[in-house]
Amino acid sequence: MSDTRALLSVKDLEAWYGESHVLHGVTFDVQPGEVVTLLGRNGVGKTTTLKAIMGIIEQRTGSVCFEGRELIGLPSDAIARCGIAFCPEERGIFASLDVKENLLLPPQVRPGGLDLDRIFELFPNLRERLRSQGTKLSGGEQQMLAIGRILRTGARLLLLDEPTEGLAPVIIEQIGRTIGTLKAQGFTILLVEQNFHFAATLADRYYVMEHGRIVDHFAAAELHANTEKLHDYLGV
Amino acid sequence: MFEIFGIPSQALFGQLLLGLINGSFYALLSLGLAVIFGMLNIINFAHGAQYMMGAFAAYLLLQHTGIGYWEALVIAPILVGATGILVERLFLKHLRKLDPLYGLLLTFGLAIVIEGVFRNSYGSSGLPYQVPESLQGGHNLGFMFLPNYRAWVIVLSLAVCLATWFAIERTRLGSYLRAATENPVLERAFGINVPRMVTLTYGFGVGLAALAGVMAAPIYNVSPQMGSDLIIVVFAVVVIGGMGSILGAILTGFTLGIVEGLTKVFFPEASNTVIFVIMAIVLLIRPAGFFGRTA
Repeated sequence: MSDTRALLSVKDLEAWYGESHVLHGVTFDVQPGEVVTLLGRNGVGKTTTLKAIMGIIEQRTGSVCFEGRELIGLPSDAIARCGIAFCPEERGIFASLDVKENLLLPPQVRPGGLDLDRIFELFPNLRERLRSQGTKLSGGEQQMLAIGRILRTGARLLLLDEPTEGLAPVIIEQIGRTIGTLKAQGFTILLVEQNFHFAATLADRYYVMEHGRIVDHFAAAELHANTEKLHDYLGV
Repeated sequence: MFEIFGIPSQALFGQLLLGLINGSFYALLSLGLAVIFGMLNIINFAHGAQYMMGAFAAYLLLQHTGIGYWEALVIAPILVGATGILVERLFLKHLRKLDPLYGLLLTFGLAIVIEGVFRNSYGSSGLPYQVPESLQGGHNLGFMFLPNYRAWVIVLSLAVCLATWFAIERTRLGSYLRAATENPVLERAFGINVPRMVTLTYGFGVGLAALAGVMAAPIYNVSPQMGSDLIIVVFAVVVIGGMGSILGAILTGFTLGIVEGLTKVFFPEASNTVIFVIMAIVLLIRPAGFFGRTA
């Protein structure tokens, strides 16, 4: 199902890690204001898809169309400047920078990014740790920092790679509320998650991946009818 | 005039001064190498040749255009830095994804070519460069005589080293550089033009070498091999200090210069080799260097 009004439209995306062909004709779209989740087991290509969209993986073919603009072939900094922000699975907090420097690092790519005060409203812990070295924060605080810093940029499409991985339930809840707030404010989010229950509280639509391909697709309303199929896909 | 450990004060402080001067150059040059290595992961073997080009730039500016020392302090680093930017764009950029060995080989070859070209044009003997008028002469401090130009070299090196350290460790631009040293791929995905930053950083490191060359011109002869004579010692300094830290490079440079100077006073036979002996010891006890990033 492709729609010319889609914010992000991915068609026949193929990608390689060296000799290894990891994405095979991935096709999906994301409408403005939606939260779309890529589901699947470890290693099926969810992170790879995000990285291919972002241009971090350079060997890629196909079409990635954002706001009508073709991103295939652009370097990752140009893609970011189109208004997309990436929050990696490993969080990517810079150890040689303190928290404030980490927060201020990603440049403004669009007007209307959240200012520091608004980010501290979402993540009060960060305000107290401003001068700490980035990696001295706990896992949950680092995740908040990773999300907080991309909110400054003004990017309206956020690619979040497993934001709840390895975090305590209390933190997961907080992140869930934050993403809910962002959704209410009109952000569009492409979420990669293995924690299916977390995704279920937020997503409008789901795509399931297997072996580098999209194999299934549900809307939120169809979830209940498809739980058994999903359990098969996810191997739970 | 008094004696310390049987050495006349004039001799001791004279050598200490010499040690501080050498240390100034060691610090400036190992700082440039550390900055380049941090960002590009390349051991810039051409650093000595770029230092020599700085000295020659000052000499040639004076010879052909009458432009003197003070302007050369600014112009030479810019000119030589520009050649560095060219080298990075034409050659080093393509070696980025390969083993660091290729960068080393390329810059090594470059050093030989540059030195050969200059030797061809200017011969092997040194060319003179006068101390600028405002810095001529010196002051008698009682325990020693301090030439003004030597004092200036030490002060300027300290100032440049500290300014560079401050820029990298305490400013916003510095945070971009530090992040690029750690994770350039992610930083680029935030929208920062990392390749351009890397090019400019190489240019800056080369410019630092050239600045050292201009400062060296009135002290040493301007000769095509002045760089290769010095760079071997600077590499030993860098091994001792470790490639990881800006402050480490600066401290190690000055300290080793002083150590070398003191050795010349108390144990002159060893003065040529003391830094290399220290390097061998450091490699045995702490291979990453005193301030280096342990792998």
